[in-house]
Amino acid sequence: MTALAAYTTSTGEAVQFWVLATVAVIGALCTILMRKAVHSALCLAGTMIILAVFYLANGAYFLGIVQIVVYTGAIMMLFLFVVMLVGVTAADSLKETIKGQRWLAALCGFGFAILLFAGIGNASLKDFNGLAKANEGGNVEGLASLIFTKYVFAFEITGALLITATVGAMVLTHRERTERAKTQRERAEERVREGKHLPPLPAPGVYARHNAVDIAGLLPDGTPSELTVNQTLRERGQIRDVSSEALNDLRALEQRAADRLERPGSVRPDTGRSGEGDSGSDPVAAAAGEQTEEASK
Amino acid sequence: MIALLVAAPLLGAAVLLCGGRRLDRVGHWLGTALAAVSFVIGLVLFTDMLGKGAEDRTLNQHLFSWIPVEGFQADVAFQLDQLSVTFVLLISGVGTLIHLYSIGYMEHDERRRRFFGYLNLFLAAMLLLVLADNYLLLYVGWEGVGLASYLLIGFWQHKPSAATAAKKAFLVNRVGDMGLSIAIMLMFTTFGTFAFGDVLEATGETGEGKLTAIGLMLLLAACGKSAQVPLQSWLGDAMEGPTPVSALIHAATMVTAGVYLIVRSGEIFNAAPDAQLAVTVVGAVTLLFGAIVGCAKDDIKKALAGSTMSQIGYMILAAGLGPIGYVFAIMHLVTHGFFKAGLFLGAGSVMHGMNDEVDMRKYGGLRKYMPVTFVTFGLGYLAIIGFPGLSGFFSKDKIIEAAFAKGGTEGWILGSVALLGAAITAYYMTRVMIMTFFGEKRWEPDAEGKQPHPHESPKSMTIPMILLAVGSVCAGGFFSIGDRFMHWLEPVTHHDHGDSPLSAATVTGATMVVLVIGVTLAWLQYGRRPVPSVAPRGSLLTRAARRDLLQDDFNHVVLVRGGEHLTRSLVYVDHTLVDGVVNGTAASVGGLSGRLRKLQNGFARSYAVSMFGGVAVLIAATLLMRAV
Amino acid sequence: MNPVNYLYLAALLFAIGATGVLIRRNVIVVFMCVELMLNACNLAFVAFARLHGNLDGQIIAFFTMVVAAAEVVVGLAIIVSLFRSRHSASVDDASLMKL
Repeated sequence: MTALAAYTTSTGEAVQFWVLATVAVIGALCTILMRKAVHSALCLAGTMIILAVFYLANGAYFLGIVQIVVYTGAIMMLFLFVVMLVGVTAADSLKETIKGQRWLAALCGFGFAILLFAGIGNASLKDFNGLAKANEGGNVEGLASLIFTKYVFAFEITGALLITATVGAMVLTHRERTERAKTQRERAEERVREGKHLPPLPAPGVYARHNAVDIAGLLPDGTPSELTVNQTLRERGQIRDVSSEALNDLRALEQRAADRLERPGSVRPDTGRSGEGDSGSDPVAAAAGEQTEEASK
Repeated sequence: MIALLVAAPLLGAAVLLCGGRRLDRVGHWLGTALAAVSFVIGLVLFTDMLGKGAEDRTLNQHLFSWIPVEGFQADVAFQLDQLSVTFVLLISGVGTLIHLYSIGYMEHDERRRRFFGYLNLFLAAMLLLVLADNYLLLYVGWEGVGLASYLLIGFWQHKPSAATAAKKAFLVNRVGDMGLSIAIMLMFTTFGTFAFGDVLEATGETGEGKLTAIGLMLLLAACGKSAQVPLQSWLGDAMEGPTPVSALIHAATMVTAGVYLIVRSGEIFNAAPDAQLAVTVVGAVTLLFGAIVGCAKDDIKKALAGSTMSQIGYMILAAGLGPIGYVFAIMHLVTHGFFKAGLFLGAGSVMHGMNDEVDMRKYGGLRKYMPVTFVTFGLGYLAIIGFPGLSGFFSKDKIIEAAFAKGGTEGWILGSVALLGAAITAYYMTRVMIMTFFGEKRWEPDAEGKQPHPHESPKSMTIPMILLAVGSVCAGGFFSIGDRFMHWLEPVTHHDHGDSPLSAATVTGATMVVLVIGVTLAWLQYGRRPVPSVAPRGSLLTRAARRDLLQDDFNHVVLVRGGEHLTRSLVYVDHTLVDGVVNGTAASVGGLSGRLRKLQNGFARSYAVSMFGGVAVLIAATLLMRAV
Repeated sequence: MNPVNYLYLAALLFAIGATGVLIRRNVIVVFMCVELMLNACNLAFVAFARLHGNLDGQIIAFFTMVVAAAEVVVGLAIIVSLFRSRHSASVDDASLMKL
């Protein structure tokens, strides 16, 4: 493998290259074409992992590992974190607002690629020395000896840069409180003055039967109250509407009770929770459901 | 000593104008005293000069170097010779008398102190003008008298007519002043100096063309200051000023500065016959022009102003004759200074008694009420028409003689014009005399309904009139008998008898004949018949003459209208062409920017595209260069 | 296969990243595209290291990574504070450069 590296590569590497390169380009394209930032980030992470494989294939073992650990592990997670912070649902509309921008950009990108290709094609890059000699004492050792001798100054400067970046990030995101924090009394008075939702918001769930946070509490007439659900869930449209289900269950229960007691029509609201849940197939319950719907209209 | 001549009135002007109200009570006496000081100094210098030989009578005084620059030397230096001293005596003498007269005349004016300040300023400037030993300093005096004239014509600035007249005089004078300044510049480029002595010495070695140019420019200056055609229009309006001003500035002294200038620059004109001819033509035309205007005016001061114009025309004519006439020009100037000042003071006295009425048609029969004025005015009248034995007779007669002596056709024409002028002079002066002092009373109440009560003026007014009348009677004879004046001035102006085709006696006889004709005509028209108190329509010439022979209309049509049209066309060019170019450039730049502005849409991505495109182009260029 | 193909791949990824910077409006995605471009460069560096037979290219790639990490930290902090003040993650909303 090392001898071959001078002019050409092994077939295995060729196969690996063509397959992974295709995937990498698709990943890159997806990065720029996906509507949601999360998807873009994931595609980019995939591309980066493939690049890590390429680093390894090129004899840059240390870099390949670092690429995975630092880039896909840390930086891309930072990206995802910020995406979450900014709003994961904030999908870009892909409609272009600047006239001609998209075409110009595509033209520029395409032309640029052609130019780079032309440049690379023109360069005489026939002789590949290969890293066999350089990696003789181990790739990491080789890098270390370079970093701490030839590039030690740049290395130190980079350290300073990292420290500065950390401080800068803290300064940028830190918000100084400029006015005195409001006391509880003041906040209470403010709410009274604004006159909305003085008491705490109603709790989700119905009759303590469904107590998940994504289920709206029912009003006395059986309709769900949006107020009872967390605002984030509300905006995402992730509320589960169980109002009809609960009523159907109730009817089924009553029906069963009537059957058992052979006493038709009596309603026993305090029967408690229904443990046995085979209610959906009951034709009477379906009819009752229709009635309820009519009533709610 | 010479500097004191100028310094005394200058000091007076400064004190009176800066002194404030404290000097209101003594200011007029101070001004008069300082004018008298000048006169006394002039007399002392004059007697001093008489004691010397004819050739070394010129006194020079170098005061200080005004503008000492390499190649440009302007000094404040005075030159007192026979010519200057004549003027000094005339100016300070008549000036003093008129100061005295003004004490009475301006008695009721609140701003009398200021008036005397201006008068002193005028005296200082005028003395500076005649004493300067170079043209640049002369120019200072020249402008100084222009300023004083402006201030004094507009002294009653509450009257719009006075303010306008002052402005007009100033503006018309500017034209002449421009001529003088150009002449001085030409002198500097030609001779490299301004001093009279140097310039006049150098004329012999200079081309005639340049001298003619300088001469014509000097003539233009003289026309402006001395109210000669074509710059004559301001003098009639200048009569809006107080009468003493008219007497001093616009009759006796300032308006004769042009004559002084031409006589002083005699060498230049002698060497430039074309310029000299122009001078005589201007003089002759003005002589007739002023006389005709004088015939038609009913305003006593304007009639006298026309007469002044005409008499100065005589002087200019004489000055244009060259060495034949210089002496007579100056002699007539001096005698004219006496009698015209006297006439004006008389007119002022009449106005003083007639509630400031100036229309002669509303006078009449005043001789009984104002005997002193009548006698002095009458003597002045006899002098100006050239009654034998009085001063005008000697001086004007000599000029007519000299005009004939010019020789050739020119001589005949000029002589005849001068003779005709003498006839007209006799006519209009007789008319003034008859309308004012003879005939029946045509007095009318003034605007406030006050009936005039003519009375003799106070002593401070009559004494100067008497003195001037004495001068008008005697000066001519004193000067002429034995050719005293001619010998006195000869070292400065030189003299040439010329070659007269007519004998002196013939000319005198002819003059007498035309004099009698003029007087008779006037008597027939105004003495025998009653004078209508409203002016009759009159002939075309009369009507034109009443409007100053359409001089203002001419100026209006030619200069004002022409200027307006020129300005309008320039404005049009400015609006269409210049503004068009400017605005067009601005509009095209604006339009282009408006289009370019759209490239700057503020979107960072847009800018990024252009940067990226630019990088692509750079790489392409690099690759191409490699390939090539 | 000639290892030069790695360079072609790097060029292609770089061009795609640049195009993404230009067409996307979500500032986070734009930032990701910048990262993509950086990675493309890294790939080129590594390929060059192999080409020249020494490790300097890898060192440069290593430094690039470090700098990219620092850049991401600061850049994301800027994005967060921008979002806090404008409630928008769109590049076009910050178009104050025009009157």
